[in-house]
Amino acid sequence: MAKSWKTLVNGLWNGNPTFRLLIGLCPVLAVTTRAVNGIGMGLATTFVIVCSSVLISLLRKVIPDKVRIPAYIIVIATFVTIVDLVMNAYLPDLHQVLGLFIPLIVVNCIVLGRAEAFASKNGVFASMLDGIGMGLGFTWALTVIGAIRELLGSGTVFGLKVVADGATTIGVMSLPPGAFITLGILMGIMNMISARQKKRAN
Amino acid sequence: MNLFLLFLSALLVNNFVLVRFLGTCPFMGVSKDVDSAFGMGVATTFVLVVSAAVTWLIEHFILGPLSIPFMQTTAFILVIAALVQLVEMFLHKTSPGLYKAMGIFLPLITTNCCILGLAIMSVQNAYNFIEAVVFGLGAGLGFTLALVLMAGIREELRFADIPEPMLGAPIAFICAGLLSLAFSGFAGLI
Repeated sequence: MAKSWKTLVNGLWNGNPTFRLLIGLCPVLAVTTRAVNGIGMGLATTFVIVCSSVLISLLRKVIPDKVRIPAYIIVIATFVTIVDLVMNAYLPDLHQVLGLFIPLIVVNCIVLGRAEAFASKNGVFASMLDGIGMGLGFTWALTVIGAIRELLGSGTVFGLKVVADGATTIGVMSLPPGAFITLGILMGIMNMISARQKKRAN
Repeated sequence: MNLFLLFLSALLVNNFVLVRFLGTCPFMGVSKDVDSAFGMGVATTFVLVVSAAVTWLIEHFILGPLSIPFMQTTAFILVIAALVQLVEMFLHKTSPGLYKAMGIFLPLITTNCCILGLAIMSVQNAYNFIEAVVFGLGAGLGFTLALVLMAGIREELRFADIPEPMLGAPIAFICAGLLSLAFSGFAGLI
């Protein structure tokens, strides 16, 4: 039980794909102009990670070692196509905003990385927990970055106005440079918190 | 003239890394020194041009006539993976020198999202064959430019006095932000 819990929470902080492992950065930077986009992209990616991890874990003894990467990519691409079509049908607005980055979940290194590093070596249940943890770790990172950029860039959070009328907003935060700068500063803060935790533990 | 504008827009105005955020992982991963950044850039440009041509042919001669657009993502990523493998084998046999320079970067390119992104974008924008290839070339050179510039900055950063929590990736991201800000100055170009 303790081990399962560890697997689940690993992706949330210590092994956070965005802030710690620095993988799958393209959607992190590209879609986080608003908090809602961050949640949408995060949950879409979580679905793909969980489903493909479970399926790959089930098939891990069937897939020959030499062709495993193409096999994984096919599995992932299938789930990405499902997400793409479902979002297009039921959430057309969000689909429009995320656009190109939905099909690009296929080449998101987190998905293939978890398939290769975890699902191909572990059981179905553990792989599912790992997928959920990683996916939610990715989702919270995207949502936080999205909320910060939305607040500074247009004065709203989740579409609700939070700054007073007439207050100046920093337009550049909604533009590409803001994405890089926000991520850089957040990573610095994460490093500071971790260093402090380590010091306290000693 | 249109082709030139397309090229310039892919190279500078809508730079794939700094404005469109495609290929950010190698941009952060392989920009520690100028030589490897240049190698990665050239290898990516090469694959981008070839895959732009091949995916255009796939779209117009296989997916289009069979009307199976929903297979686009799957078909493209498979073709790209196979193509990268093929290029690697071809270079290995024909020019060991070039293979040595580009070889280690090639396997990484499959999961570089600018390759698949470019293929999907040129379908969405309904480019013809020549336009797709020029778009690929511009995007590749833009990627190389961004990577080499970033590597130059990071080589200098090594000697800078940076607060401890910001060392490494965080400060690199802030520099990338400033670089991106500089690139947004190109927006008036077209």
